[in-house]
Amino acid sequence: MATTLTARLDREWETPHNLFGVLATVDHKTIGKRYLVTAFVFLILGGLEAAAMRAQLSGADKRLLSPEAYNQLFSIHGVTMIFLYASPILSGFANYIWPLLIGSRDMAFPRLNALSFWIFLLSGLFIYSSVLVGQVPDRGWFAYAPLTESQYAPGLNMDFYALGLTFLGLSTTVGAINFIVTFFKLRAPGMSLNRVPIMMWGTLTASVSIVFAMPSLTVACILLWFDRRLGMHFFEASAGGHPMLWQHLFWIFGHPWVYIVVLPAMGIVSDALPVFCRRPLVGYTFVALATIATGILGFGVWVHHMFATGLPSVAMTFFGAASMVITIPSAVAVLAWIATIWYGRIVAKTAFLFMAGFVVLFVIGGVSGVMTAAVPYDWQLTDSYFIVAHLHYVLVGINVFAVMAGFYYWMPKMTGRLLNERLGKWNFWVMFLGFNLGFFPMHIAGLLGMPRRIYTYPSGLGWSTVNLISSIGAYVFAVGVLLFIINALWSIRRGAIAGPNPWDAGTLEWSTPSPPPAYNFAVIPTVRSRHPLWEDRLPPEGGGRSSFSDGLTIPEGRETVETSALDAEPRAVLQMPEDSLWPLILASGLTALFYGLLIVGPVLAGIGLAVTVVAIIGWLWPSERELLQLEEARP
Amino acid sequence: MTVRSRSAALAAAALLLGGCARAPTFMRPAGAAAESEASLGWFLIVVSCAVVLIVALLVLIGSLRSRGGDPHAVRREGPGLRWITIGGIILPAIVLVVAFVLTLGTLNAVARPPADALPLAITVTGHRWWWAVRYAGQDPQDQALTANEIHIPVGRPVRITLEAGDVIHSFWVPELAGKTDVIPGQRNSIWLEARKPGVYRGQCAEYCGLEHARMAFVVVAEPPGDFARWLARQATPAAMPTDRLARRGHDVFVGGPCALCHEVRGTTAAGRQGPDLTHLATRRTIAAGTLPNTRGNLMGWVANAPALKPGTLMPKLTLTPDELQAVVAYLETLN
Repeated sequence: MATTLTARLDREWETPHNLFGVLATVDHKTIGKRYLVTAFVFLILGGLEAAAMRAQLSGADKRLLSPEAYNQLFSIHGVTMIFLYASPILSGFANYIWPLLIGSRDMAFPRLNALSFWIFLLSGLFIYSSVLVGQVPDRGWFAYAPLTESQYAPGLNMDFYALGLTFLGLSTTVGAINFIVTFFKLRAPGMSLNRVPIMMWGTLTASVSIVFAMPSLTVACILLWFDRRLGMHFFEASAGGHPMLWQHLFWIFGHPWVYIVVLPAMGIVSDALPVFCRRPLVGYTFVALATIATGILGFGVWVHHMFATGLPSVAMTFFGAASMVITIPSAVAVLAWIATIWYGRIVAKTAFLFMAGFVVLFVIGGVSGVMTAAVPYDWQLTDSYFIVAHLHYVLVGINVFAVMAGFYYWMPKMTGRLLNERLGKWNFWVMFLGFNLGFFPMHIAGLLGMPRRIYTYPSGLGWSTVNLISSIGAYVFAVGVLLFIINALWSIRRGAIAGPNPWDAGTLEWSTPSPPPAYNFAVIPTVRSRHPLWEDRLPPEGGGRSSFSDGLTIPEGRETVETSALDAEPRAVLQMPEDSLWPLILASGLTALFYGLLIVGPVLAGIGLAVTVVAIIGWLWPSERELLQLEEARP
Repeated sequence: MTVRSRSAALAAAALLLGGCARAPTFMRPAGAAAESEASLGWFLIVVSCAVVLIVALLVLIGSLRSRGGDPHAVRREGPGLRWITIGGIILPAIVLVVAFVLTLGTLNAVARPPADALPLAITVTGHRWWWAVRYAGQDPQDQALTANEIHIPVGRPVRITLEAGDVIHSFWVPELAGKTDVIPGQRNSIWLEARKPGVYRGQCAEYCGLEHARMAFVVVAEPPGDFARWLARQATPAAMPTDRLARRGHDVFVGGPCALCHEVRGTTAAGRQGPDLTHLATRRTIAAGTLPNTRGNLMGWVANAPALKPGTLMPKLTLTPDELQAVVAYLETLN
């Protein structure tokens, strides 16, 4: 019976192993892995760009790079790391892990999920195709007007930026909506809101933030393109516009974005750290509420990026205070992690090392953030190398180190094999020491008065030594990343077999085989606690034991269970869509449309628009099976 | 920590990190605003270092103090919640309130117009990639135009109005005061007061395109008498040179491409695209702090500016060697 059930489920859920399957799959696990690999490739590209910059800055008056090349490099480095790495890598983990964490067979909208990935990939290639024509965005990732107006930036550089980010924003928005609906609708029966893993609270908060923040960036980019190509003047003071409009639109998006790329990463640590401390997280409710509070407060601090723009003191005081208040939820999370370590029994695997390092780097990036919230002191710190240090402690410390922990923790689930622990420890220490050697001296460079975004500096200002140390540290850090790549490639083929639950962890994903079958769970589990796999060892939370063998099997077609939003009581059986080429066709149509807008070519744009419209119609066209089901459902 | 021991510590750090060079650091302030900002900064730095140290120790000790035992066991123990309420909420809230009150005090000290301000209006305009400086006093002898070098009397607050000639720049003299952005379509201003005489390096701090890295300037703080003499000199028009070569240089200058962009008051050259050159020879550097103002550098710059500062809006000129000699000889008379 069991064999016939899994055979039936396999038949329903397996994607065919052919070209069609590769292009048409909607399996969240395949999409998740694609996200992870693509985002990691962008991390490597961004890293190589940084390596070139560190060579140029390793000494005074170096001439390795022209100013033009340097300005393109630092701009595309920022765009790559912030838009093409930091957020997509977390989407990768969430896409792969979420349905497994909540006992579902897929995300709520599998085809939207596929669309989200294809747009991410194609918009990334769109932005990087600027390299082929030598017109890479060169106005920084923040692209302050009016330096971006066609008068000062006549090439296609900033058109790639404005259109590329508008294009990518579709992917991010679609993905966010998918996460929100999945969170509220697809949790296994019994997984009430107070049993949801923190990583899901982090991703949910980030997704809601995306839905509200992303339109601001999209509007800013579209207005910029209107200015540049249609002769409008939104950001030009001489024609009645104002450059501050760009800054407000950009940072209303930009600051929530910081939390968008760290909250899910903090969630990874909140869920994985307890496993290596052999105890549940201290203060689950505090951490979950702190996550949401950070997301909300994150919308009230954008002006701290603009303290030097001459705003009224009262406004700056308000935003300075808000920027200090947002420290509290972060401090709550930090103390929860520390208490978990303190009152746990440590299993010091590589994943644990990365998370312990993460906590320290988090705090360094956090306190330097508080320093920038002190308005008058920020007038000295802002746009100096101190900020470069601060933002890298935040983005590398909180994002990259958590992501590394995530790889060491979850890759065995994805590949079925463990990463090598010995190489892993080298990996951690080289990255940790290299990172601090590379980025800590940048604090000092800032205090010594070195501004950001300069392609060179004269000797005699005392900046050479700190910069040389930074460059050496950056290369050590790069070696650490290389060790990870070697470890991953080696372990995929030769690593020790992981088994379903190598870490003896407590959450649902570890109840499935590694790697999990296409349908994830043959029996939809019933959840009765936060740690279903630890129930034999922890005092009961009330409400009995979770179950993995008795439950819904729903083997007729691709189906999963819909539950109620708060208590996760089963409500309905959802029909999940088949594999489909339409998401890829739609994304390709959009690509043509955006290239058409780039060259201001109505024919290409028209073709792209037509393909897009046809793809949407084709996507929504009901299949025979769906018509049949409608027929049956009729009374 | 006293101010002196702080300065000593910082000087030691600077020596260690930067050799004997004098860094334009705001942690060794020489101006009124920078001093209040630095005091606030030291408080924040000390508190921050303490927090990081405590957290790092807790993580380290926590990781080492309990290892081994039954790997299968999972426990829920310890008064962990108290850590969160005390260490995560109450303590940070107290520290943040203190930091915020100090911030308000500093903000008030820096933003309030000083009582003994000098009734002297200086307007600084940011251009790609140089700074125009205009003294617009009541008397004609207080009116002058110069570039990339701002003179102020020591010990008197001076109000500087900031205007943008093209894109956004940011005015920053770390040792004297924090940054203020220079934004098209709005007029920002800043109080600048030097507590001791000296030459303070400033630099554009908002990315403004190709040569953002080389948009520096200096603020020269000097005793009031020296300052008055300097300003009076800058206010005078240029004298016609007596030397033959320099006279020929003058003719090339006003009749050739130079005059399209540069002004020399007292001649027919009245371009406003580039810096006013009426008293060029008195300045310490050329090309916005890029090169020392020497004959060799002037020759190279006039002949082929883009070779020295790629992207500068000053084009490569097609002067004959004779004309070049003459123009540089003329420029050297503009003192």
